[in-house]
Amino acid sequence: MPSKQELHVQEKQEVAEGQETTVPARYYVPQTDIFEAEDALTVVMEVPGVTKDTMTVDLENDQLRIEGRIDFSSYEGMEPVYTEYNVGHYQRTFSISNKIDRDKISADLADGVLTLVLPKAEEMKPHKIKVN
Amino acid sequence: MLIPRTHPFQALFDLQRSLDSRRSSDWLQGSTAARGSFPPINIFQRGDDYVAIVELPGVDKSGLDIQAKGNYIRLSGEIAPNYPENVSAHRRERVFGSFDRTISVPVQIDPDGIKAEYRDGVLALFIPRAEEDKPRKVQLN
Repeated sequence: MPSKQELHVQEKQEVAEGQETTVPARYYVPQTDIFEAEDALTVVMEVPGVTKDTMTVDLENDQLRIEGRIDFSSYEGMEPVYTEYNVGHYQRTFSISNKIDRDKISADLADGVLTLVLPKAEEMKPHKIKVN
Repeated sequence: MLIPRTHPFQALFDLQRSLDSRRSSDWLQGSTAARGSFPPINIFQRGDDYVAIVELPGVDKSGLDIQAKGNYIRLSGEIAPNYPENVSAHRRERVFGSFDRTISVPVQIDPDGIKAEYRDGVLALFIPRAEEDKPRKVQLN
């Protein structure tokens, strides 16, 4: 029963940059699931602490780029005494190989989980070929 | 040019550094139940009280159980996928399953006064320090 298995901690991974950023703060790679159905590609990403206002999703030249910023002002006046993880903004880019109907992409953010539904373009949907 | 202290990135960098410096500090006194299990927890001091912050994106809120007794806090629940069937997975990085974690904090807390808030996938537990445990100013006569 996969749903009953015990959860283990996944250490957050930092974004490996091709070049150095001009700012010292660290970005993290959100844990992502991608699955494909007949009519759409769905990307599910964990971005705890990111709100709708601070989430950006871009699709340019088959590059799907997601950036989520956390509001760390709530940490003001708090002194860490014991920590097990670090916090930071999230960033990740995917190359989309399928033809996607760009006008119909939908994004939903709930409880720190971003769900992107990328519908396939009509001509890319699988066609059953009849054998005569 | 010096970056002003109020620069948002500098502020985040300072926060990240201070979080690193307290990484697995001995504040929880290495109690075995408190380490190496899910979910990871950060504990902060704010004034006399404590705040525990836990990242639990997509947790089933109705199944999230928080119990406090003495100086123990127990957190249990489940993260379950709600994906449709008949799909092919391209990438599978998220983890699903149940968790049950108990931490014992090395201070006297007021278990009845604990407040929990879940927002944007982040759980915050506001843990008040017990009144008798708070430091008192000693008056010099």
